[in-house]
Amino acid sequence: MNIFSANSSANSLFQKIEQVRRRRSKVHDTNITLAHGSGGKAMRDLIDDIFVSNFDNPILSQLEDQATFNLTSLMQQGDRLAFTTDSYVVDPLFFPGSDIGELAVNGTINDLAVSGAKPLYLTCSVILEEGLPIETLRRVANSMQAAAKKADIQIVTGDTKVVHRGAADKLFINTTGIGVIRPGVAISAHNIQPKDVVIINGELGNHGTAILIARGELALETDIESDCQPLHDLVETILDICPEIHAMRDATRGGLATVLNEFALSSNVAIRVNEQSIPIREQVKGVCEILGLDPLYLANEGKLVVVVGRENADKVLSAMQSHPAGKNSCIIGEVISSPPGIVLLKTIFGAERIVDMLVGDQLPRIC
Amino acid sequence: MKYVDEFRDPHKAEALLWQIEKLCPILEKPIKIMEVCGGHTHSIFKYGIEEVLPKAIELIHGPGCPVCVMPKGRLDDVIAISQNPNVIFATFGDAMRVPGSKTSLLQAKAQGADIRMLYSPLDSLKIAKDNPDKEVVFFALGFETTAPSTAFTILQAAAENINNFSMFCNHVLVIPALQALLDNPDLQLDGFIGPGHVSMVIGTDPYQFISRQYHKPIVISGFEPLDILQSIWMLLQQLVDNRCEVENQYNRLVEKAGNKVAIAAMNKVFEVRETFDWRGLGDIPDSGFKIRSEYAQFDAEHKFTIPNLKVADHKACQCGEILKGVLKPWQCKVFGTACTPETPIGTCMVSSEGACAAYYKYGRFSQVVKERETGKERVKV
Repeated sequence: MNIFSANSSANSLFQKIEQVRRRRSKVHDTNITLAHGSGGKAMRDLIDDIFVSNFDNPILSQLEDQATFNLTSLMQQGDRLAFTTDSYVVDPLFFPGSDIGELAVNGTINDLAVSGAKPLYLTCSVILEEGLPIETLRRVANSMQAAAKKADIQIVTGDTKVVHRGAADKLFINTTGIGVIRPGVAISAHNIQPKDVVIINGELGNHGTAILIARGELALETDIESDCQPLHDLVETILDICPEIHAMRDATRGGLATVLNEFALSSNVAIRVNEQSIPIREQVKGVCEILGLDPLYLANEGKLVVVVGRENADKVLSAMQSHPAGKNSCIIGEVISSPPGIVLLKTIFGAERIVDMLVGDQLPRIC
Repeated sequence: MKYVDEFRDPHKAEALLWQIEKLCPILEKPIKIMEVCGGHTHSIFKYGIEEVLPKAIELIHGPGCPVCVMPKGRLDDVIAISQNPNVIFATFGDAMRVPGSKTSLLQAKAQGADIRMLYSPLDSLKIAKDNPDKEVVFFALGFETTAPSTAFTILQAAAENINNFSMFCNHVLVIPALQALLDNPDLQLDGFIGPGHVSMVIGTDPYQFISRQYHKPIVISGFEPLDILQSIWMLLQQLVDNRCEVENQYNRLVEKAGNKVAIAAMNKVFEVRETFDWRGLGDIPDSGFKIRSEYAQFDAEHKFTIPNLKVADHKACQCGEILKGVLKPWQCKVFGTACTPETPIGTCMVSSEGACAAYYKYGRFSQVVKERETGKERVKV
């Protein structure tokens, strides 16, 4: 027998208690504690207050252990799924032009987009260091939601872990994404052929330089901001005009040089780029000069390298230039047959040199 | 970019190349020019200068990469210091990958040594102040270019009475190295492109012996491509005129007497070692700096027990011959096969200023083409 069933005043108290117990709670702590990762009430409050309320969507609000979607709706949008994951460990968390939250959303969107997929759903897993200010996490989650909303995608499931102070650096985010590829699109680094043309959607190295400066170790002042932006809409614009794109990749860590080397190796062709055609801001060049770095290897978070048949180059270029994320697009090089697997740079003096894969990190020279 | 683009103008480069080409027939023989400094080697490859020069001009890449000339034994010493649990070891980034006989600083860091990469030695003083219970050791290396900043850091540490800070001093001197090269009968050079950064500190006067005793021309050069082309043209002009002088192409930064403040600081803090062991060149008398006894409290060689062993280079490694300019990197038996930037056997393949790394990174393809053209294909890409 229910112990409250015979007593109406006790029953009323029970209902009030239940109301309070089931109410969505705010997080009152100022910093992440181990309790926020314990699986108990504190963790539930954190998830509710920071993530569920921010990412607000019907799939996440179910709070199941998994997100479920209607297959018919997915199949109406394309004939293949694209699936990708990436982890974000940037330091500092906030830097000119962007932050780790926006990066975690746009980065995974872009990994989907470069396959020609329309990004639909993301997951969000966070690893939090004990002591992280709750306000920092809130800012990051707000930023993730703003980026998701801008890109018209939903963050539908996630995970939260808290580790002891010192076991992680403030905040790590993993996002996994699912998108749908429209029929007739087959983009791959293996499809590149001699006589193809290489196009880039704007200046290189802004993100890498912004991060270097934001670390505050260099005592340099510039107004360079990260180029963090979603590229799926630009990709859609390109595919609307030309579904026969051969290869496409976002030039993130390792920069343009790494992407071109991956292309050349995958398709066993040579790629020759023209130094004078590669757009790089004066300030980025300046920072690279001072530190002995090569801007071709600097990270970007909103740059797309497109390889397309020569016959389609002009229309793809104008389509890219008509989009805000591609207004500074330009042709930077061409694909040739030999030497296979090698990227060549035509220098400003007309000489040719290799642009190789980077070994380890770029490390500044001593003099 | 102000003060940079002006020195990378393709039209001006074309004009200079035309001037250089005009002088070659007058000389009637192939000309061998050594660029002493690794910074020049790097620029030459980065901009493809070697490729656009007339075939009659051969550039020989000299020993001016401070990382390349660091002997293996000294690197073992560095790693031994860094592995001391009470030490925070600070260094410039490009020393991280240089192999000692067993490991590198990068590997030592992964194995738990507290190693920090800095942009200035002065930053190591801040680390020392922030970590009073640790000994902070800075790996001081480089030619006269970086020696003044080491000296200023020691003077600053003395002024602030920072007791938990020391330097492991490996500064080397360019003039004795040049003398050793000039005394080498294997090397028949026609002239030198002199180091710009070193000369900003020491000036142009110390090079006079090259023209007076050895009757070779030298032009102190900047690092931009037009600087290097102009310096080559100035050298050829001297050869055509049958002159051998010390000329200063880099006069926008280099003065005849050098930087007096920097020289005074170096003289105050350092004295010349009796000898220093150079990788590839062996022991060269009076070719390195050590910290004066007045500043012994900042000298890691006094504070730590250092193995100080001589370790022979790998048998297959021909870095020595390459640093002396006797062999081209691609002529080394292990270039690009056993010795690559990922698996370096010698230091010339590690530093971005090393001749092997420059050839591998920028020039191995054009070298293969040249070899094919001459029917002597040896190098695999």
